[in-house]
Amino acid sequence: MAEANLTSEREAGDAPREADQPHDSLVAHFGTDKPLKLDAGVELSPFQIAYKTYGTPNAARSNAVLICHALTGDQHVASVHPITKKSGWWETMVGPGKPIDTERYFVICPNVVGACMGTTGPSSTDPKTGKPWGLDFPVITIRDMVRAQAMLLDHLGIDSLFAVAGGSMGGMQVLQWAASYPERVFSALPIACATRHSAQNIAFHEVGRQAIMADPEWRGGRYHLEGTNPRRGLAVARMGAHITYLSDAALHRKFGRKFQDRENPTFSFDADFEVESYLRHQGISFVERFDANSYLYLTRAMDYFDLAADHNGVLANAFKRTPTRFCLISFTSDWLFPTSESRAVVHALNAAGARVSFAEIVTDKGHDAFLLDEPELFAIVRGFLDGAGKARGLGPKAER
Amino acid sequence: MSRFKRDNPELTIAGSPRAPGDARVDLVLVAEMVERGAKVLDVGCGDGELLRILSESRGVDGRGIELSREGVNECVAKGLAVIQGDADTDLGDYPDDAFDYVILSQTLQATRHPRVVLEHMLRIGRHAIVSFPNFGHWQVRLQLLFAGHMPQTDILPHSWYDTPNIHHCTIKDFRQLCTEIGVQMEKAVALNAWGKPLRLNAPWWFWNLFGEQAVFLLSRQG
Repeated sequence: MAEANLTSEREAGDAPREADQPHDSLVAHFGTDKPLKLDAGVELSPFQIAYKTYGTPNAARSNAVLICHALTGDQHVASVHPITKKSGWWETMVGPGKPIDTERYFVICPNVVGACMGTTGPSSTDPKTGKPWGLDFPVITIRDMVRAQAMLLDHLGIDSLFAVAGGSMGGMQVLQWAASYPERVFSALPIACATRHSAQNIAFHEVGRQAIMADPEWRGGRYHLEGTNPRRGLAVARMGAHITYLSDAALHRKFGRKFQDRENPTFSFDADFEVESYLRHQGISFVERFDANSYLYLTRAMDYFDLAADHNGVLANAFKRTPTRFCLISFTSDWLFPTSESRAVVHALNAAGARVSFAEIVTDKGHDAFLLDEPELFAIVRGFLDGAGKARGLGPKAER
Repeated sequence: MSRFKRDNPELTIAGSPRAPGDARVDLVLVAEMVERGAKVLDVGCGDGELLRILSESRGVDGRGIELSREGVNECVAKGLAVIQGDADTDLGDYPDDAFDYVILSQTLQATRHPRVVLEHMLRIGRHAIVSFPNFGHWQVRLQLLFAGHMPQTDILPHSWYDTPNIHHCTIKDFRQLCTEIGVQMEKAVALNAWGKPLRLNAPWWFWNLFGEQAVFLLSRQG
């Protein structure tokens, strides 16, 4: 039955306190003396950042690579996820001998502010009340996420990053990094992203948020207190969003009109089609590891992102006299962040006189291509980082 | 005849289409027209060979634009700063005086609006370097005159129906265009079919007949 399929095993009461005490992660605590100043005009304090590191910093601390995760990603970029037990979300890209080589670079991947895997967010405990923040958590922006990451780097004693890399919402953070802290970013790899969220993207996000809010278990965002969990709303949000990460061609190639474990239609609303079954699975497995309110806050942060608007409407002004080397990558079948968006960034960077590379990769895998096995993507990232590494004076292996 | 100094490439160019290091002679010629450490945009940079030569031999800060996806991805994977773009549509996005040199190597004849492209090049850069196959070369003329078909030569190997070259010109034509748009010709070199530079004191008609390709260094008037 459809209903049964959308109900997960875990009961609401034992919601993981991953938000406060994350597994397999390092945690940096920022006390009341180090508040995070938010764009919303308030301060978040105290707060914490959960992060993972891979590799070793070199003597000059010049080989640090910051990985910024996407909307539903987390710090577990290249190691087993503590909840799903699946391998890291970007293990194709990050690891020993991989394009972002952890034998060469010191990789840092923090969980963003507003998320639910150990960095302070709406499911974290509000120190003032001792209860989860819920909707009392302030609205955060991409710039807030980046500001927090800069504080983490200060905490780690890293002045300048060799590279900042990320796709989708991660790519937005990369662009924000280059705009906010140009002197701290030697090279930037924004992949499958844009400097602003389009009306269509905001619209898709709103559908997801409404699905969560329409779930009676959401309880005005107070589900942690009331012992419920808007699983079905969050699962539907994920199902809708997941379609936007793929492409028509990829869905057709993968599923076509094939039936799921049956020869004929059942003449019911059961998941007859493979594609339905797949989406339901995506929805269910997502709610196991993600918090509904975090989904609201992070989609909101993406919606608000508009780098040009922060610079009098002129995108090039965001990158004036930037010393950063850029490499932008887009995918032909990505309709969420189409190539035209990357091209607009390239134009602005050219106008700003920046050192920029841009490549579009042919694939039918849609937006998610940045997470998948795309040999051309790996070759470009490797080549770009090798070139930047030479310019930075990094040896083939990190000097211990 | 315009008054300008012709370069003397014979000091450095080997007598074959491939220079030492196996680089294409016309690319080496172009590279030698670029000042050391300059900021250069190579329009239609292909697989990045010229950018590589420029960065290795002249220490330039080089950028490239390339139409073909394969070319771009190959360049970026080599660590070059190259973007996918089209000379006809994307040069307008660059600000004035962004580069010391803008180079168009063997691409002018493939653009839709060569004159506009040339004007953009000299708006974006202080200098422009243009190399192109000379359609006035004797082999080309003979094929059309006696064989009566569209010329096909070593450097123009395409059939008429699948050639990317839609705006062929002769050395004479190109000089005329430069005069029309008020461009100053600083240096010029013509190479014969064996990749050897023609005599510098030869008259223009000789270049136009025996030069298989030409390289011009241009700058804004005044």
